[in-house]
Amino acid sequence: MKIIILGNGVSGITAARFIRKLSDHEITVISDEADYFFSRTALMYVFMGHMRRKDVQPYEDWFWEKNRIALLRDRVSHIDFGAKTLQTSHGKSIAYDKLILAVGSQSNKFGWPGQDLDGVHGLYHWQDLEAMERHSRGLTRAVIVGGGLIGIEMAEMFHSRHIPVTFLVRESSFWDIVLPSQESAMINRHICEHGIDLRLQTELKEILPDENGKCRAIITSAGETIPCGFVGLTAGVSPNVGFLKNTALEINRGILVNEYLETNQPDVYAIGDCAEIRQPQPGRRPIEAVWYTGRMMGKTVAHTICQQATAYNPGIWFNSAKFFDIEYQVYGDIQPREPENLASLYWEHAGGKKSIRLAYDRHSGAITGFNLMGIRYRHELCEKWLHAGTHIEEVLQNLGLANFDPEFFPQHESELVAEYNRQTGNNLVVKQKRGLPAVLRFLNKHHPSS
Amino acid sequence: MQNESLSISVPSPAYTSAKQKIAIALAGVGILLVLVVWAAGRAVAPVPISLAAFGFMLAGVVVFVREEYLKYPEGIKNNGAWFRGLTARGVWGWLLGVLITGFYVCLYWFPQYLTGLIQLFDPLSRLLRGTTANQWFVYGTFYTAAVLFMGIKFIYKYRHNPYQRLRTFSVMFFQLGFAFLIPGLLLRLQQPEIYFTYFWPLSYYQGTPMAYQGYSGSGLGTFFFFFGLAMFFIGTPILTYFFGKRWYCSWVCGCGGLAETAGDPFRHLSDKSLKAWKIERWMIHSILAFVVLMTALLWINVATGRSIFQEYSQIFYKTYSFAIGSAFSGVVGVGFYPLLGSRVWCRFGCPMAAWLGIWQKTKSKFRITVNGGQCISCGNCSTYCEMGIDVRAYAQKGQDVVRASCVGCGICSAVCPRGVLRLEGANSHPPAFLSRTL
Repeated sequence: MKIIILGNGVSGITAARFIRKLSDHEITVISDEADYFFSRTALMYVFMGHMRRKDVQPYEDWFWEKNRIALLRDRVSHIDFGAKTLQTSHGKSIAYDKLILAVGSQSNKFGWPGQDLDGVHGLYHWQDLEAMERHSRGLTRAVIVGGGLIGIEMAEMFHSRHIPVTFLVRESSFWDIVLPSQESAMINRHICEHGIDLRLQTELKEILPDENGKCRAIITSAGETIPCGFVGLTAGVSPNVGFLKNTALEINRGILVNEYLETNQPDVYAIGDCAEIRQPQPGRRPIEAVWYTGRMMGKTVAHTICQQATAYNPGIWFNSAKFFDIEYQVYGDIQPREPENLASLYWEHAGGKKSIRLAYDRHSGAITGFNLMGIRYRHELCEKWLHAGTHIEEVLQNLGLANFDPEFFPQHESELVAEYNRQTGNNLVVKQKRGLPAVLRFLNKHHPSS
Repeated sequence: MQNESLSISVPSPAYTSAKQKIAIALAGVGILLVLVVWAAGRAVAPVPISLAAFGFMLAGVVVFVREEYLKYPEGIKNNGAWFRGLTARGVWGWLLGVLITGFYVCLYWFPQYLTGLIQLFDPLSRLLRGTTANQWFVYGTFYTAAVLFMGIKFIYKYRHNPYQRLRTFSVMFFQLGFAFLIPGLLLRLQQPEIYFTYFWPLSYYQGTPMAYQGYSGSGLGTFFFFFGLAMFFIGTPILTYFFGKRWYCSWVCGCGGLAETAGDPFRHLSDKSLKAWKIERWMIHSILAFVVLMTALLWINVATGRSIFQEYSQIFYKTYSFAIGSAFSGVVGVGFYPLLGSRVWCRFGCPMAAWLGIWQKTKSKFRITVNGGQCISCGNCSTYCEMGIDVRAYAQKGQDVVRASCVGCGICSAVCPRGVLRLEGANSHPPAFLSRTL
């Protein structure tokens, strides 16, 4: 059987790897972006000089031939779903038995005047990184538009090269559509601490060109003109499905798939950023452009193609990021503004760079979410408590176990519990400290079967 | 981004503040004083010159790193590691490599060219050891200064990380105390010059009949001889079972101490390829076998009244001493820091590391665990692993890292942007959860 995979990001490559593990099918991965799979999430570190291109490629170059995964550097221009063939821009015609679409995202552009000028770029593809590199020499200011995860990464990137950054954020506080207000305020402070010119509640109105068609300045919604040689457009991403529009493939915002990641076309699957799940599980969104969902979908689709039909099950939501020097982890459901039925318990370190938040059901006491800043928590325990809907007080007493910070780091769980006791008049104490032996004992006691 | 490294084409001074330039000048004056004395072949006014040299170097380091790190919020500071010539095998890296290599070549085989430096440290040697300096004292002094000065730099760099701070205090303490002051004081007290933290087979001489006979008449020496053997046969398995080889390699050992401090800016230069791992396994175990064979031959020779092997065992000893003890551990091991990274000796050569590694791999609770599905395969962990372990290959599979070579420095965990890695001590990890989340 001949399997063609479009896209060599984490989704496509994970699919290829697992198909190879499970079968002897012929596998070809087509990408126009790069010869070899690289970690898209690590692009920033190449720009900052932490790593080279080869360091962000998780597999050595011999890996592909050894595992009989053919790599083709080309762009697919047309797919004939009826005849099961695709055309490439180099004029090749390739037949497939199964087709996996893992074509990723593209940076959003909202019709701003000047958005296609030279010096205006998103940060998603390797080519975006090259553009940033090209424009960085002699750059005296970069303006970044869009207060999300990629925007703050881009700010950190330019900052690492001592290039002044103005950061336009539409909302009244950084990423406050996701982060609760205290955490969001913490990141605002941290952005400013790094000397970034943070402009909250400010939008981009227009990008002005110079005589060579390169951006020279922007105008903000407040009417201010800010001279800059680079504009970063980081207002989110959306599925890269333009070239598939007006075909038989059913597309909404992304390529619509069922729980087996099958599209409406026979033997065609879609995974990763470009896929839109028709009926997502509770607590999950139809399109989730994050690293691990791409990985999970790739593994899932590989099983389905190799006669082990598997429904996509991402489990309980989790994610992580790093905002300059502050690490962020979330497990479960954390709402930026608490709904009526949920309560949340929050502790923040006096230094203002660490916090723990637990969300729980006001009535039943069941834990619903963990939000961590500057502190690492153990995925496995958090998921177990969330899955079981464990009572907040039970969680609090064992919370020390969830801590995943390195040895000798201070543990702050008792301070969170003290806050809970203060609010409720309770007298709970943290019974356990972190460390794998204690965690294993705890898990075995509560889950003897596993 | 056509160049892998822009180290030669993009000079870094644009990011260097005026204060840092002054700091570089200060340290430069200190280094220049040393180089002049080295080149001159004799030291005039050794006390003020040596004090000035170290004073300038220390002042330079402290001023530089305070400016480099304290001016910014605490966090991971690897910006530009692959852009700077010094740390990305650029011109400065090669020059530094040549300088250190040259020093080691003189040290081992042409000490007559170090006369100036030996004179320079003569007053210090008399003060500490009650005897004249030799090239080994010069070496020990520079070595200790490098661990201390660059240790200070490392502590500033990782000031947010208690594990790194403590570990660095530890290697600085053991270097200054056990590898510099105590051996010197013992010499002053007419005792054998004992380095209590160097055991056979890292210190290959320690296990030989020559060492044993040399200690005869000294209770302390005889004690140390057996203490060293006990550390090899009993201490190492027990301590490694509980803590992994890090109890030695990244907390106590002098070679490790230098690698973790002076070598830290070069840690990303280690080779991560599968091929390098294959070479590593062959090489380090061959050297362990070599040192065991060599020592056994020497003892058999003594036991049989020097009748069987006579000069052959000495040839073995001399070969090991030249090729492994000097050329590999010193000239390549340290001289090539700026080219091959900081742990070449520890990874490919050290027989003690091989022995610790066998225990770590087969009988130890120590492992680096992976936090669920949070890995984004970015590669920071692998890049900054000084032992060239492809940590990411484990992290993205959710597999515990159990590797003979891991020295437990904890940098992979520190540089991970997603909080994925943790150094732990436990026997197993349930795989069911991970297989679902990955």
